Amino acid sequence: MVDLSVRVGALELQNPVMPASGTFAPELAQVVDLDRLGALVTKSFTRDFRAGNPTPRVAETDSGMLNSIGIPSKGLDHFLNETVPAYRRFRPPLVASISANTAEDFVALAREVSVRAVDAIEVNISCPNIEADGKAFAMHADMTERIMTRLRAATPKPLWAKLTPNVGDIAEIARAAEAGGADALVVANTLLAMTIDTDSFRPTLGSIMGGLSGPAIRPVIVRMVYQCARAVGIPVIGCGGISTARDAVEYLLAGATAVQVGTATFLHPTAMTAIIDELARWCDARGVARVADLVGAVRDDDLSADRYEAVR
Amino acid sequence: MLAPITDPRPPERVRPDRFPVAENLCTVVTNGLVNDRYRHLVLAAPVPALDVRAGQFFHLLCPAAGSAQPFLRRPMSVYRVDRANGCIEFLYKVIGAGTQAMAALRPGDSFNALGPLGVGFTLDPAWRNIVVIGRGVGLATLAPLAELAAENGVGVTAILSAASPEYLMSVDLFAQAGGEVITVTDSDGSSAPDNVEAIVERLIAARRADAFFTCGSNRLMLLLKRIAAARGIPGQVALEQQMACGLGMCFCCVRAFEVDSEVVARRVCNEGPVFDLREALSW
Repeated sequence: MVDLSVRVGALELQNPVMPASGTFAPELAQVVDLDRLGALVTKSFTRDFRAGNPTPRVAETDSGMLNSIGIPSKGLDHFLNETVPAYRRFRPPLVASISANTAEDFVALAREVSVRAVDAIEVNISCPNIEADGKAFAMHADMTERIMTRLRAATPKPLWAKLTPNVGDIAEIARAAEAGGADALVVANTLLAMTIDTDSFRPTLGSIMGGLSGPAIRPVIVRMVYQCARAVGIPVIGCGGISTARDAVEYLLAGATAVQVGTATFLHPTAMTAIIDELARWCDARGVARVADLVGAVRDDDLSADRYEAVR
Repeated sequence: MLAPITDPRPPERVRPDRFPVAENLCTVVTNGLVNDRYRHLVLAAPVPALDVRAGQFFHLLCPAAGSAQPFLRRPMSVYRVDRANGCIEFLYKVIGAGTQAMAALRPGDSFNALGPLGVGFTLDPAWRNIVVIGRGVGLATLAPLAELAAENGVGVTAILSAASPEYLMSVDLFAQAGGEVITVTDSDGSSAPDNVEAIVERLIAARRADAFFTCGSNRLMLLLKRIAAARGIPGQVALEQQMACGLGMCFCCVRAFEVDSEVVARRVCNEGPVFDLREALSW
């Protein structure tokens, strides 16, 4: 039997499969055994109450969906008093995903959420920074390094930086997050996107633009994981359009140490446990002893491609 | 083959106490036209699905059919559950990609129905007579109330509204369950709000309106909400919203409700789809 365990910094996970933030809640325990997951990742929350975006908050497209939820939040007290206990009924490590519009709020929240029951903090630096004209922290290397440095000083918990794919050079952002003290990177959040209803001429989302997720974005994010994993020494967690064990293996080969599954859970609530089962079968059939051996195992150094110097 | 009864660990999937919601792999029995707008889908369904209660819904994974390629599941409230024959039934109108794909299902096809989901209709033991008012495809959602009320010895008056008589749904279901059926249509003008209000007022005067149940029309909902508030009569409304997960995780399907003069957001999938009529707002 394959050893499915992986190590993300100081955290030992029983397998590399965990939910993507915002696509998971304790309610999923109605359908699957959450104790089988590699980790539990909460929906992002903010210190104070946030209402979220107008509806429609979701639209579907070819092989994917757009969402614009807007991080509705009931605030810190609700998170500590209600959300954390609801998750602590389950055994896997608990990763609290935090979001803030200002550096000050981020730092305060990281400190306040560093309670015993929380095993790691995922920092959603993909959200807009109102002090920087609404641009996401993770859209700029200097902002990324500054915020991660301040967060690093605020908490002893493992810090996972969730990067946005809406950048030109993701490796540069990855290096900045590592320099600031991130223990791991989550690559990536959703791709900024838009669809328009050609009957009504209206944007399909209430807030006009939203984040694209699902199989449609997988090749883009696999590429980003590959670039990030080569750029940094800390673990990378791949997140983007994973629906099957093969998709998970693809991410591991690209350099991911673990993976997050999101949109697939909306289509099949049993997707994560099905991927874990199938991953074990695949490794056994392939003779892979440890799933960790797949990490970064893409064979990109002995390509025997034909080379053409000119067209004659 | 039956598992030995001494089996200390039955498969997890068949323990409804532990997993009340399942991806039910159903088989299409029939999927015929009711008229030129509506179709009736009958699915042979496993046990977890048969536990569905009136007003609850399933989240349907509609397989792509031709140009109809739905990506997300589609929420649909159950029209009827036939426990004796192990079937769940849906009544639907073909509108978008999801229902177009459903219309292409043939007997024998497999169909994945996640559920049962959400909070359905409830009957207070103090209620002796209820009034059900619905329109269009909302009549399918209200249909299971006929049986629920009959089982509980509660009298039902169903006011069923449609554009014209051929689109009146659930008339037989309510009549067979012993309810009184009043049909109103746009074609003869009887569905006009004034007339519906007069019918409701007569039922209140006859002490046959201990509670209201509605679905499918914003106009009817607002009418009932106003009458219910004025007369101090409780009510429930089944609402729709676009959904992604159906399980309360994604927060896509929120709607606004007014609770103690404050507007709050609630998830239709998790806190609903059936809500207190007093708190529901116009859509």
